[in-house]
Amino acid sequence: MPKEIPKNSVGIVEDKIQHFSQALTLVCGRELPEYDIAYETYGTLNATATNAVLICHALSGDHHAAGYHSMKDKKPGWWENCIGPNKPIDTNKFFVVCSNTLGHCKGSTGPASINPSTGKFYGPDFPIVTVKDWVNSQVRLSHALGIQQWAAIIGGSLGGMQVLQWAIDYPDYLKHAVIIAAAPKLSAQNIAFNEVARQAILSDPDFYEGHYYQHGVVPKRGLMLARMLGHITYLSDDSMRSKFGRELRQGKINYSYEVEFQVESYLRYQGQSFVDRFDANSYLLMTKALDYFDPASDYQDNLATALAKASADFLLISFTSDWRFSPERSQEILQALIANNQNVSYLAVEATQGHDAFLMPLPQYIKAFTHYMQRIAQQIGD
Amino acid sequence: MVNNGLRIDFEKIIQWIPPQSRVLDLGCGDGQLLAKLQQQKRVTGYGLEINPDKVVESIDTGINVIHMDLDNLQLSLGQFLDQSFDYVIMSQTLQATYHPADLLEEIVRIGKTGIVTFPNFGYWPNRFQLFFQGKMPISKALPYQWYNTPNIHLCTFKDFEILCQSKNIQILDRTVVDFAHRKTITFMPNLFGEIVLYQIKSIQ
Repeated sequence: MPKEIPKNSVGIVEDKIQHFSQALTLVCGRELPEYDIAYETYGTLNATATNAVLICHALSGDHHAAGYHSMKDKKPGWWENCIGPNKPIDTNKFFVVCSNTLGHCKGSTGPASINPSTGKFYGPDFPIVTVKDWVNSQVRLSHALGIQQWAAIIGGSLGGMQVLQWAIDYPDYLKHAVIIAAAPKLSAQNIAFNEVARQAILSDPDFYEGHYYQHGVVPKRGLMLARMLGHITYLSDDSMRSKFGRELRQGKINYSYEVEFQVESYLRYQGQSFVDRFDANSYLLMTKALDYFDPASDYQDNLATALAKASADFLLISFTSDWRFSPERSQEILQALIANNQNVSYLAVEATQGHDAFLMPLPQYIKAFTHYMQRIAQQIGD
Repeated sequence: MVNNGLRIDFEKIIQWIPPQSRVLDLGCGDGQLLAKLQQQKRVTGYGLEINPDKVVESIDTGINVIHMDLDNLQLSLGQFLDQSFDYVIMSQTLQATYHPADLLEEIVRIGKTGIVTFPNFGYWPNRFQLFFQGKMPISKALPYQWYNTPNIHLCTFKDFEILCQSKNIQILDRTVVDFAHRKTITFMPNLFGEIVLYQIKSIQ
């Protein structure tokens, strides 16, 4: 909890809810008759509405991207390192919007919401939503906020995938696409990790086929395991070695199955704290959205064809030790853009932190990101 | 890759390139050349650079810069189509690559015209240092010690022209300049020229 709010923070923020009463037809064929989208905003929209930037969050993120909800908050929003006054996404220049994805559990309609037609929790009956559906719902939010075109849409990991989908589906809606530590689709290995995470949840006796709300329990063990597994894929071998090594909590081996190594303690803590803030059904849904993401599949599996109509300028950033979405995955997007002669810059940041690096204040990354955002700010100024 | 501050070769290259050309700059460094070409000649295209800190500087200039290792030809230049750029530039980078001959072929494959510049190892002070002092030459164009130089494939321009001939590469123009006088050298250029600039193309 901050004693005082740092000067380069957006400070105390509050979340907002936008209700949509017009039905949204989803890729799976079903429709949501009405829904809410939760979002936060930082900075001020200019008179011509040309300085708006949309942030797309990743798997375990949400719309609370920067600042604090109260002085009691232990931590600021998930991208505090990059959003704020004089930070890469400079709130002195940009009006920043971060929306909560549909199907999530932090304010947007999702499995833990009440289905208005039954008066009960949606639970497992909540339709499967895809990245394309998220983008469609964000387009409606853009209209509700009076934004015809985003100066930039920015996201890391699953957030970067949403940016890619935006650039393909709504070329006129964004001037710049900033895609960080992402991939144009998941690999078999990525899907495999997601499947183990889902099995951990689905096989938890407290899951009750997704109807655990009625039983007054949550599938804690499953969700915790899913998060522990996911977390390993966010770190690198090097970063785990330097953070924990083989350090023991009590300084000696106890020959038991209790927590002995620091890394075990860390993973359990990450898992447990995730259970307190995330809904298992939402997690299942989000991992499915990841697995299904493959925008090239609508274009004969040719990403260049998919991107042919995109008119945004692109910035792609990857991190050398990221093995979840390695630099080679970003380069697949790069190659498609080059094949189309599109405007793109690309940097593979030297980093030891693995996939998590995209959340960290690494000097080379922050500098590149800042330079690019300044370029965008100048274009708005022109 | 090799920054000598003055970059008289840039001025010449900017003169050579017609407005609105499509340009690929191999080893674009801090992006100054491409940025100037963008401002003065409204060119489009990409700069490729291996050093991430230089990539960051290039982003600041407003160019399209791509972080790429030119020595991995298949992954880097392999993805660019034949004759897809009006000009492919390699300014003072060729001598610092592992496979300069292969790169040269790629330059004339991708570019309708290639522009290649490099420090002429036949420049007389280089010959002087080697001949009379018996030491590897050090100059403004070659400011490194033998053990820390990135310039691993130095040549004279005679050497370069022999390579071009063997690769069926036509030389369209050759200009030889020096740093100190910032002028074009015409008299015994392989002896008096410090930096050499070529325009080349593939003979089909």
